[in-house]
Amino acid sequence: MAKTKVLERKPLTFSEKTYIPQIASGLAATFVNMFKKSVTLEYPEVRPVIPENYRGVPTLVKDPKGRVKCVSCQLCEFVCPPKAIRIKPSEIVDEESDRAHIEKEPAAFDINMLRCIYCGLCQEVCPEEAIFLQDSFSLSGYTREEMVFGKEKLLKLGGTLPDNHFKWDKKKSAEENTEKDH
Amino acid sequence: MNFLDYIIPIFYALGMVSVFMTLCAYSVLAERKVCSLIQRRVGPNRAKIPIVGHIPILGKILTRLGIFHPAADGLKFLFKEEITPQHVRIGYYYLAPIVALAPALTTMVVLPFGRYIDVNGMVQPIALANIDVGILFILAVSSLGVYGIVLAGWASNSKYPFLGAIRSTAQMISYELAMGLSILPVFLWAASPGSDYGLSLFGVVQAQQGLWLIIWQPISALIFLVAIFAETNRLPFDMAESETDLVGGFHTEYGAFKFGMFFVAEYAHIIMGSALFVLLFLGGWHFLPGVADPWPDGLFGILCSTSWFLLKIFFMIFFFIWMRWSMPRFRYDHVMHLGWKILLPLAVANFVFYIFLIAFIDNLTY
Repeated sequence: MAKTKVLERKPLTFSEKTYIPQIASGLAATFVNMFKKSVTLEYPEVRPVIPENYRGVPTLVKDPKGRVKCVSCQLCEFVCPPKAIRIKPSEIVDEESDRAHIEKEPAAFDINMLRCIYCGLCQEVCPEEAIFLQDSFSLSGYTREEMVFGKEKLLKLGGTLPDNHFKWDKKKSAEENTEKDH
Repeated sequence: MNFLDYIIPIFYALGMVSVFMTLCAYSVLAERKVCSLIQRRVGPNRAKIPIVGHIPILGKILTRLGIFHPAADGLKFLFKEEITPQHVRIGYYYLAPIVALAPALTTMVVLPFGRYIDVNGMVQPIALANIDVGILFILAVSSLGVYGIVLAGWASNSKYPFLGAIRSTAQMISYELAMGLSILPVFLWAASPGSDYGLSLFGVVQAQQGLWLIIWQPISALIFLVAIFAETNRLPFDMAESETDLVGGFHTEYGAFKFGMFFVAEYAHIIMGSALFVLLFLGGWHFLPGVADPWPDGLFGILCSTSWFLLKIFFMIFFFIWMRWSMPRFRYDHVMHLGWKILLPLAVANFVFYIFLIAFIDNLTY
């Protein structure tokens, strides 16, 4: 058994019994504090600094060329623990030249923010780096329908993130090169 | 006596009430602001009224200082839903806030807050009623304020207000004694043989033309200050309210305007306590210890003396607030211990000591 060390409690001195020196030092401490800078962050005007790896609202991002990165593989939909994500895949509708080699895009991409638990598994599982939990942390709405974020809203929230790969450009040029070779 | 003699005092009284209520409202603001400064926050800074609040720079400064918040607070109390719990005793329940506020406002009648030189060249106090037993009147009436708390606690018919009321009563009884004994030496000192001031507050102020009484009688001042803190139910003695163990104390069952009245009464008591302390121990409207009355005659002198007195009151209000945010609350039995076993004997000893001292000094001079 651990040995208990009994500390001797000294009896109060006379000045301590009068409380007055203690009260005076307390008053001095609070008085000094009055002239220090306030630590308040005045919230709606001043926003807190959000760390890089913060898990805020899930959003869809575009690449620097303005293309939607999601290819509606539905991995996020399957991994989502509270089943907040619903995706309706479709073929690429308009055959733009720069999107020709992408196979699919989401026709509808809904995240029910009333179900979302901000776990970030969708971001982790996404092979295209198309869904990110970014720095937006305060969302509100008047109705339940309003809290189901559609594709447009998610893209608007997500904005554009830098892309290191340009996977589909590489695929396109690779295909064109092979076509040339043949 | 003509008609005007009846009308003018009414206007004086109305003026005094409005100044006093404004002071109450702004001491609430001061409480919130000083608290926020001590805790290194910003404090109330959002309320804004349409025209004044939108003046380019001044409006912003006033808004940041929270100048418009008392108006917002008052309106909130006025327009909230009046809820009367079903289990209360209706008559007494409504009576309690009135009983709490009325004595606090009544005491200001005898409060001298400045001085003027009358036609004979005599110094006279400015007060609604300059009576000879001013301090007796204040002590008698301000102690009635506790009946508001007791009534509130009893009429609420619920255990926490009841406990708060009981504590408040016990505290009132124990500290009233020490307070009374602590100011006896003051009046012994002020009313020297041959003076005709008696128990008037003006006499005490006039007796402090030399050094203030806080220097002559520091122990009396200390006991009086502690007792005033206890009487006004301020931290570290806010037994009646102690929100951590009694929810809200005596006003737990009160809401809206009735709560507002309790609130104003508390601050009115603080202002009265500060004024009393300034009059008795800090030399009233006298400039500095040793520099009695440098103010000129006439209207300017009246303004100077009154504002200097107000300034001292502001300092005391600040001191009350400053104390509140520095001290933790005493435990209930510690409060009783302090009141009965320390302050009361100390006050008696102090009284006896000054009886002998004053008798000795009088024998020397006569």
